[in-house]
Amino acid sequence: MYTLTGLKLENPTILAAGVLGTTGASLCRVARQGRAGAVVTKSIGPAPKTGHPNPSMIKLDCGFLNAMGLPNPSYPGFLQELETAKKDSDVPVIASIFGGSPAEFKEVAEGLLPGKPDAFELNVSCPHAEGYGAAIGSNPCLVEAVTAAVKDVVNVPVWVKLTPNVSDITCIGNAAESGGADAVVAINTVKGMAIDIESGYPVLGNRSGGLSGKAVKPVAVKCVYDLYTALEIPVIGVGGISSWQDAVEMMMAGAAAVQIGSAVYDRLDIFSEISAGIETFLQRKGYSDVKELIGLSHEMV
Amino acid sequence: MLPLNATIVKINEESPSVRTFFFDYQFETMKPGQFVMVWVRGVDEIPMGLSSKNSITVQRVGEATSKLFELKEGDSFGLRGPFGVGFSLPSKEEKTLIVAGGVGSAPLAPYAEAASAAGSEMHTVLGARSEGDLIFEERFAEAGNVYISTDDGSKGTKGFVTDVLSRLDLSAYDRIAVCGPEIMMASVFRLLEDRKVLAKSEFSLHRYFKCGIGVCGACCIDRSGLRVCRDGPVFSGVQLLDSELGRYTRDASGRRVKI
Repeated sequence: MYTLTGLKLENPTILAAGVLGTTGASLCRVARQGRAGAVVTKSIGPAPKTGHPNPSMIKLDCGFLNAMGLPNPSYPGFLQELETAKKDSDVPVIASIFGGSPAEFKEVAEGLLPGKPDAFELNVSCPHAEGYGAAIGSNPCLVEAVTAAVKDVVNVPVWVKLTPNVSDITCIGNAAESGGADAVVAINTVKGMAIDIESGYPVLGNRSGGLSGKAVKPVAVKCVYDLYTALEIPVIGVGGISSWQDAVEMMMAGAAAVQIGSAVYDRLDIFSEISAGIETFLQRKGYSDVKELIGLSHEMV
Repeated sequence: MLPLNATIVKINEESPSVRTFFFDYQFETMKPGQFVMVWVRGVDEIPMGLSSKNSITVQRVGEATSKLFELKEGDSFGLRGPFGVGFSLPSKEEKTLIVAGGVGSAPLAPYAEAASAAGSEMHTVLGARSEGDLIFEERFAEAGNVYISTDDGSKGTKGFVTDVLSRLDLSAYDRIAVCGPEIMMASVFRLLEDRKVLAKSEFSLHRYFKCGIGVCGACCIDRSGLRVCRDGPVFSGVQLLDSELGRYTRDASGRRVKI
């Protein structure tokens, strides 16, 4: 058993937001069949949103490009899905939420409280939804205000998911910590786009979007490494993890746990595979606890 | 995979609202029941079952399909795929029944041809609103026997495919492949369940897709959480027990919508 911001996890692999998290049944499947240590829901906002037109996700050689556009049924519409996930997943369920202002974040968090999420993850990092996500997450004052507003109305841990599309991610991380965040999650996708050369059209329906998968792992490792130095609160690492080696690397950079998103494309049981790989690695290297890995590279000078 | 550029080489009008678009690319590894994501540039990208290695058969229902209907031979669209799990093919000794309603014939016509080529004895129950809406009657007839039903009685049995099915000895078939409007599939599902032949049936589902590659989760069905785009679109009848089939679907925002 493993503790993260007070939550008890069977293993340190967590399903990332926006992946297989639209329905309660899907979250349960990832938890039970995939053996994720915890699951994060699709980001939920104040009003129903259909998202951007398709294509909304494209596989590239180096990773994935997506611009979903925060599709969600709104918090009243999502409550029954959250309840299903809570009832049948047997792992902590973290509600990812977004809004356009501190008041909207507060409204959504309060609206989802009856579903008893184990924690909230604040999406201040989606790179392709006007007025939401990174529009807030690149402004430290807003990040602090949003975090404080949610902390004010909930009594479960609050994680803040950060965008790498800023000049200094530690400045945003500090703002989240000042607002009372229990952890930060880094990173969301890196801005990107692809163009169809036969027609000249950008491929994504939203024209541009965010890059995930293998290509962004070094970016994520660096962000996690810097945040680990700058902050007191735990850093949850996400970005391009698709093997136990990636997870160990992210933990050595400073991640207290890892989230896995795009890699579910390969297989759903990626979570059990990665946690088993970490265990074997710990034994081989003679570590008594996974905690010994966290931030290890900082000591290697 | 970036969308490949497919140029339309021929357009067939199958019914007043259904057209087949043949393109200049062959999906050689395509299994009947698999789909492609069709990108109508500047509009949307929609899933379509392949009606052959180099064609999609489309019913005009919304913005993207209406735009598709404006395209002419020589015009192009983007294609990604083939994706998903198709119908399982019968072996030589097996007897196969196809139940196709409306444009649900699209993925089943290549299935009938592949099953017949494998040596399976093929029967098809083909339904539509009216005689003019029957899709691919000739292709099914070439593969085996065809029983027809039309809502208005303009051809074959007046009524639904279930009216024909209820007269057949379903125990005689080793495989039953179903595709059509969801209300029809739900009726067929209940009938097959009553006759205790669900275990040998397969259904092709349609749900709103976003990513189309099994990552985003927009098309997951209750209560299994299975992804229609990746674990389906073809599911065994047993996988659909206690499911949302015939009851509700989810719209682009993820809200439940009654069927």
